[in-house]
This record gives sequence, structure tokens and C-alpha cells, in this order.
Amino acid sequence: MIRDITIGQYYAANSLIHRLDARLKVVAVMIYIITLFCIGSVAAYGLAIVALAAVVVSSKVPLRFMLRGIQSIFLIIVLTGIINVFTNKTGVPLWGRDWYLITTGGLSMAGMIILRLMMLIIASSLLTLTTTPIQLTDGIEYLLKPFGKIGVPYHEIAMMMTIALRFIPTLLDETDKIMKAQQARGADFETGNLMQRAKALVPILVPLFISAFRRAEELATAMEARCYRGGAHRTKMNQMAFGTADYGATALCVVFLLAEAVLSIWL
Amino acid sequence: MSITINHVTHIYNPGTAMAKTALDDVSMEFRDGEFIGLIGHTGSGKSTLIQHLNALLKPTSGEILLNGENIHQDKKRLKEIRQRVGLVFQYPEHQLFEMTVYKDVAYGPTNLGLSLEEIDRRVREALEVVGMGEETYEKSPFELSGGQKRRVAIAGILAMQPEVLVLDEPTAGLDPKGRDEILDAVQEMHRRLGLLVVLVSHSMEDVARLADRIFVMHQGKVAFSGTPKEVFSHAKELEQIGLAAPQVSYILEGLRQKGFSIPKDLYTIEEAAKAISDCLQGTKP
Ligand SMILES: Nc1ncnc2c1ncn2[C@@H]1O[C@H](COP(=O)(O)OP(=O)(O)O)[C@@H](O)[C@H]1O
Ligand SMILES: [Mg+2]
Repeated sequence: MIRDITIGQYYAANSLIHRLDARLKVVAVMIYIITLFCIGSVAAYGLAIVALAAVVVSSKVPLRFMLRGIQSIFLIIVLTGIINVFTNKTGVPLWGRDWYLITTGGLSMAGMIILRLMMLIIASSLLTLTTTPIQLTDGIEYLLKPFGKIGVPYHEIAMMMTIALRFIPTLLDETDKIMKAQQARGADFETGNLMQRAKALVPILVPLFISAFRRAEELATAMEARCYRGGAHRTKMNQMAFGTADYGATALCVVFLLAEAVLSIWL
Repeated sequence: MSITINHVTHIYNPGTAMAKTALDDVSMEFRDGEFIGLIGHTGSGKSTLIQHLNALLKPTSGEILLNGENIHQDKKRLKEIRQRVGLVFQYPEHQLFEMTVYKDVAYGPTNLGLSLEEIDRRVREALEVVGMGEETYEKSPFELSGGQKRRVAIAGILAMQPEVLVLDEPTAGLDPKGRDEILDAVQEMHRRLGLLVVLVSHSMEDVARLADRIFVMHQGKVAFSGTPKEVFSHAKELEQIGLAAPQVSYILEGLRQKGFSIPKDLYTIEEAAKAISDCLQGTKP
């Protein structure tokens, strides 16, 4: 049902990956994704897969949680694959002609893109699965700090992310409840043409928006009542600190980057 | 309409780390025209149970019978079942969405595909039963008071002319006046329309006053059931599961211990008031 959506879902476990500094994890995932788009050789891909698999295994998060992320954009993956098969006409022709000509170049290109997309999603869901939303936004806030000099309201951005993440499950629950309440009044969301289905959403969306605004207002009042006034001079309950494991992981990241560079350039 | 709940178990998120057995082998039977009270601590499974009654949730095992018929037998009849078993959710005013009170109450009957005259008749009747006058029909539901909003939401269910009315904590979060208005309306519906009413409540007072029979839920199981007198005679056990007998019964118990001759097994304020005044007249003629 609607509860199956897993945006920003944290999977509690006690693993090395869970304990790493959030800042390191954010940077590492960003570097990994950029690497995915820069490498070309089969060996370089092989290393990227092995590295990802190693992290997945040591994170102790069951694989199906990551596959769920893939499931949700399955259609996009398939469409990208199909488009690539038909637009890339390099290599040996295999089947068809004119616009629907399929070639080895097209197939390998499509395979490559699909693989890349899946690795990208697994890597980024690893980040949210092993990092609590609070750690994640703290990390992002820290990383955005240098941009504060050019006027980026980094604390406010981090706060908005925290609140948004915090309210995703609440709003999903609320949607579930409102849907049920309207179904109890004979609402039907599953049949009818597009127009009818769009209209059937009004009885869900109106109450949902009203409740979201009510919650926003209550939260704002509660924050003000506690004298919240933004980022200046705020201290944190949990200070982020780089430990031995973090230095080790950083070193591994550097080794990974060098190896990928070597494999892409010389192979 | 009678409802039979046969060994129903419900597990949320089965097969995951978050699996939760919310109902554990629950069996109950509600007879036509009865007023049933369903009480239990938060998280005891009351809301989960009543969502089974109109097929919003499907039992993991067990069955629900309406007049002896399994409600999950025919998927096409879900809408009919939801019409016959009217379910008023907790905080039902959160589901209001139309521009006017009248239109919001008309949403249910419109979904049933009734004629405009029939819809009009039902909307007026439902709003009258809950005590909303004609002057409110064209108001926005959002400018009403909390108690009024809730009565409009209940009217939205009544307008579907259900044979069973299930209310999930209809008095939660209301002031005493709003609470009395709602309970009076519920009692009125029970009396006038002869509905089977299932009232989920935290308040022992309300349940003691209104219900013919009470079911007490605890951790997904039925802990006690019977008439209010039978159930409230287990005051000690009720306290152990975070509930209590109605407050007046503690006052009467205190009076009895001080030597006043007051009969046992009185649980409503009216009964208590009468017993105390009888007792006082007896001692001071
Ligand atoms: N949609 C849901 N998903 C998962 N667990 C739920 C859901 N709804 C209720 N629960 C759990 O089931 C148990 C019973 O809840 P509920 O039926 O709402 O109890 P009550 O209405 O008596 O307070 C609780 O432990 C609650 O956390
Ligand atoms: Mg409940």
C-alpha cells in the first residue's frame, strides 16, 4: 500500500557503515556517482561493482531494501534502456532496419546505462538506509557551510530537510487514513477514466493540504514557543567527530578513486 | 443486521521487521439493534478491529460475517458493504473537503449513484438527526465549531443510510458540551433509526450509560465482555490493563466503606445520584 514508499528510510543496524561520519558518507556517495559517469572500461565497472557490493555487505542492510528503490523507478530504467537501444546505431547490425535497427553498440550502450542507473540508486539508497535523517542533515549542513559566505542559508536548508524528512511518514499515514475515510463514504479510486480518477483525488488532496498546513502552523508555533531563531550561535547536541574508522574509510575512497583512474585510462 | 467476528487475526506489515500483530484471534458477535461499547487502552487494536467491519482491512486469518455472509466473498460488493456498515473514523472532521456543509454530506449518497431528490432527502434527514439546522447548509464546513464539524462528518455517513453505525472515539478532543451533543446525537440515531451501533470509547462513563454490552480489548485480544455491570465488576483487573470502572463507582465504593448503605453495581451518574439521595433520605427522614 501507500506505506511501502521508502523515501529516506533508515534501516537500523549496527554496522561499520552505519557508524561512519555522515559528512564522509555524503561526499563518498557524490564521488562514487561522479565516478560512475566518468569511467568507461569494463574493468573499471567491475571494480565499481565490487566496491559497491563490499559496502552493501558490510552495511548489514538486506538487499531487498535497496532493490525497493530500484522498483520505484523501474519504468524510467526500462524506458531509458529502450531509447538507448534504438538511438545508438554503432557496431554490428543485428535485427530490423531504419529506425528500429538494433545493433551491438546500441545493446551494450543500453546495458551500460541501465547498470549505471541501478548502481546509482543502490549507492544513494545506501546513504539514506545507513544514516539517520538527523545525521544526514547535520552532515549536509556542515558541507554547505562554506557557501554561507555567498549567502546560502545553509542552516535553514538543513532545517527544512530535517522537517520534510520527519513529516514524510506522518503525511503517508495521514493519506492512508483519509483514503480509508473517503472509501467508507463510497469513494472509488480504482475504476473510471482518467478524468474521473483525477476528480476522485480531490476528496483526498483537500483534507491532506489542510492538515499539512495545520501541522506546519502548529510546528512553527511550537518552535517559536521554544525561542527558536535560526542558525546563528546554535550548538549541537551531538558534535560530529572524525574517528579512526572514518580516516580508514577516507583512505579506501582515495585508493578506489586512483584505481578507477588507472583502470579507465590504461585499460 | 448482525455481525459475527470469527477468530480474526490481523498482522500489519507481515513478513517484515515491522510486523505487528494488532488483533489476535478475536471473536465477537453483535446482534441487530444492539448498542455495543468497545473499550481498551491506546494500541489495543480497537481501530484495527472496526476497520474490518466494512472491509477496509482484510483479516490475516479468520472471517467477518454480515448476516451470516462473509464480507470478502465478492469483491464487487465492497461498495455495498461500505454503505451498509457506516464507519465514522476518529477525528472525522479531518475528512471534510467540500465548499459547503450540504455538499459534503451529499458526497456519500452521490457516490452511491442515487437520484438528486433522494440525495436531497437523505442529506436533510441526516443533518436533522445530528442537530444541524438549515441555516448551516450553505456554510463552509471549516467555519464551524469543532463539535459541529464532527456532527457534519457523522451526518456524511448517516446520509448513506447504513444498517450499522460504527464510531471510533467520536468524543475525542471535544469539550464537555461538544461531547454531550455528539453522544446525544448517537443515542438519538440508535433510538430513532434502530441501528446496530458500535461505539469505540475511552470514557467508561459514556459506555456505561449507553451500551447494552461491552467488549474490553487488551493487546489485540478480548479481555472481558458482557453487560456493563458484568464488565465493571472486574474493576481490579480493568485497572491492571490501564482502564478503570466509571468514576462514580469509586465514589460509591468510598461511601460504602464509610458505612453508608448504598447498593453495589451502580455505574452511571443518574443511578448514583438516585442511590445517594435515597440513602440520605433513609438516614435523615
Ligand atoms: N497502519 C498501521 N500499520 C502498522 N501498524 C499499525 C497500523 N495501525 C495500527 N497499528 C498498530 O496496531 C496496534 C493497534 O492499533 P489500533 O488498532 O490503532 O489501536 P487503538 O485504536 O485501540 O488505539 C498498535 O500497536 C498500532 O501501533
Ligand atoms: Mg484508535
